Amino acid sequence: MKLDPAIRDQVLGAVPSLRAFAISLCGNIDRADDLVQETLLRALAHIDSFEPGTNMPAWLFTILRNLFRSEYRKRRREVEDADGRYAETLKSHPEQTGRVEFSEFRAALAKLPPDQREALILVGASGFSYEDAAAICGCAVGTIKSRVNRARTRLADLLAIDSVDDFGPDRATRAVLAGGGRS
Amino acid sequence: MKTRKTVDTQTPAGADLPESDAMGRPLNPRKTEMRLGREAQARIGQQLRAMYEAVVNEGVPPHISELVRRLSEQDNGAE
Repeated sequence: MKLDPAIRDQVLGAVPSLRAFAISLCGNIDRADDLVQETLLRALAHIDSFEPGTNMPAWLFTILRNLFRSEYRKRRREVEDADGRYAETLKSHPEQTGRVEFSEFRAALAKLPPDQREALILVGASGFSYEDAAAICGCAVGTIKSRVNRARTRLADLLAIDSVDDFGPDRATRAVLAGGGRS
Repeated sequence: MKTRKTVDTQTPAGADLPESDAMGRPLNPRKTEMRLGREAQARIGQQLRAMYEAVVNEGVPPHISELVRRLSEQDNGAE
């Protein structure tokens, strides 16, 4: 049986956000695209387990997140300092992380614990409700809320956003403000 | 007689100070340590969304749409 075109379009429609999530998670475009491809292969092979009418993006995000997590755990066994290496990748290949102007922000994001990073992205960028984010991460809603709060506080700290001396718009912020009126 | 407001340096510590001045700069450091200011939250949210949107706006890469089309034409039931 061929795939229902409506379902196929739902899958395709979720791809841009799925890619953005993958890149935010792993900080590397090549790895992110592999992750997206593998997610789509799995999703389409198991499309029967998707209930039509339910949240397609959330279903795909759950698959991608679980793939990323199992890969992350594997790498962690191989390399003790997985986060450190990730940060090094960002430093040496900023052009691989998407837009260069966000490299400072990405570097800060990379320093967050994975739990906090994914919670913040799902709620703060992907636009999922706390409930959906909790379902995607397989944890309680309250846990997501506290992870998001801790992630914001830590990011503000890393980017020195609350510091009085640093209040004037830096380069990254100007770039954001200049391009921020689109959405 | 000047009517312009000046910073009141005489207010004793612990008085009911505003959290930030007109420029959004925190006046009471102890308070911002405990709770992230609205200003900071907004800026983080803004940067996060701008970074994310930059990728979303790239749309679906050709090799991905090709992959999805190819898989959706296949007989599902293999694998």
